[in-house]
Amino acid sequence: MIRLTTPLKTEDIIKLNVGDKILISGTIFTARDKVHLFLLEKSEKEQNIRTKINNGIIYHCGPIIKNNQVISAGPTTSNRMSLYTPQLIEEHNIKAIIGKGGMSKEVKEALKGKAVYLSAVGGAGVLYANSMKVKSTYKKEFGMAEAIWEFEVKDFPVIVSIDAKGNSLYDKVYNKSKEVYEELIK
Amino acid sequence: MDLTNQIVELLRKTATQLPEDITIGLQEAYQKETNSTGKEILNNILTNLEKAKSESKPICQDTGIPIFYIKRPKNITEEELTRDIIKATNIATEQVPLRPNAVDCISGENKGNVPIIHFKESNEPNKLMIKLILKGGGSENISGIYKLPNQKLNAHRNLQGVKKCIIDSIFQAQGKGCPPYIVGVAVGSCIEEVAHNSKQQLLRKIDDKNITPILEILEKKTLNELNKLNIGPLGLGGNSTCLGVKITSSISHPASYFVGISISCWALRKGTLKLSEEVKS
Repeated sequence: MIRLTTPLKTEDIIKLNVGDKILISGTIFTARDKVHLFLLEKSEKEQNIRTKINNGIIYHCGPIIKNNQVISAGPTTSNRMSLYTPQLIEEHNIKAIIGKGGMSKEVKEALKGKAVYLSAVGGAGVLYANSMKVKSTYKKEFGMAEAIWEFEVKDFPVIVSIDAKGNSLYDKVYNKSKEVYEELIK
Repeated sequence: MDLTNQIVELLRKTATQLPEDITIGLQEAYQKETNSTGKEILNNILTNLEKAKSESKPICQDTGIPIFYIKRPKNITEEELTRDIIKATNIATEQVPLRPNAVDCISGENKGNVPIIHFKESNEPNKLMIKLILKGGGSENISGIYKLPNQKLNAHRNLQGVKKCIIDSIFQAQGKGCPPYIVGVAVGSCIEEVAHNSKQQLLRKIDDKNITPILEILEKKTLNELNKLNIGPLGLGGNSTCLGVKITSSISHPASYFVGISISCWALRKGTLKLSEEVKS
């Protein structure tokens, strides 16, 4: 088990390998579909919010929060954000992305030498919520699931599934399943 | 008669606890899983289930779309039930809490939660049956409808063709909808029919037997083949890709043969509320 604390350093990130199990402590920011579009907007307005996530960790998550307590907060499907992610990594110097289900090959390329993709267990909402505290919220007008939640996390468990060297656990699984699939639908 | 409180409790229980058949299915998958990452993920899933139940918190932050299937006696109207369900859904959204998941497609405005309700009139007097699925978005996005014949899959209008559609849908989905999956399938002549019927197949117990012997064989065979795909828990590899396959069929049209496939994530949140004596008053 590898422990990492934010702010993450690129030199630590590029050492990670697919399959490594990590515990993250520090600050993470949720970002879903709407927030990705917001972060990539070229506007002077609310620039202070956009720069908050610079060099940080993005969590693909739309949590349930009640009275500022995290009730349930597992990952959402990452692939919807694939389209925006290479630009996000480039412009905001993102160091790690936490989500589920994997991302496109364009994202895998964009991660090279810069960042990693980490898998959390989809559906395990309470397990994660118990290691999270709300620090701040931005863009609340997007609604609970779509706002930017800044969380303080302690020993948040994830698995490296796309590393900064171009290796992907999802590719491995896909290629193996493809062989079986081709036999089965012959 | 006001059923609001009972429906709030149905929503709470369904969001925070999995039914026994699914829990047992996950426990058995954990026992059988040979991939170490897959086994660890299943262990996390089981731990999460215990925590969600004991802390009475939603298993998954995506508390889904509440879909109700109702068999009502003649003496209870659709209007009464609709009123109570909408009220209960609003209360549960605040109290459980459920995530506000109803977003207006045009304005983007969040409207809390808006239930989908399907009614059937029952011949049995005084017996009301309310079934509920909280259907998550991730696995809904990988559900779909195939039309046979399908050239790409070399799939024809027969059960072998149906099986190919199911295998293709899970292969294309990989880990995007939170496996191990439960797969509901319906074969028929029009799109709304196979969409509706395949979703309802998710209400069956995963260890039940199909009443049609040939479909029972197909379900077993398809499940066995899906678990050879090595997609595994959360798509990170392993032999637990699916917990169950449930298939129904009806009549096809000479020109149309559709296969509807409704996929659920491992967190298949389904619940039942049965009332009999109370309904008389």
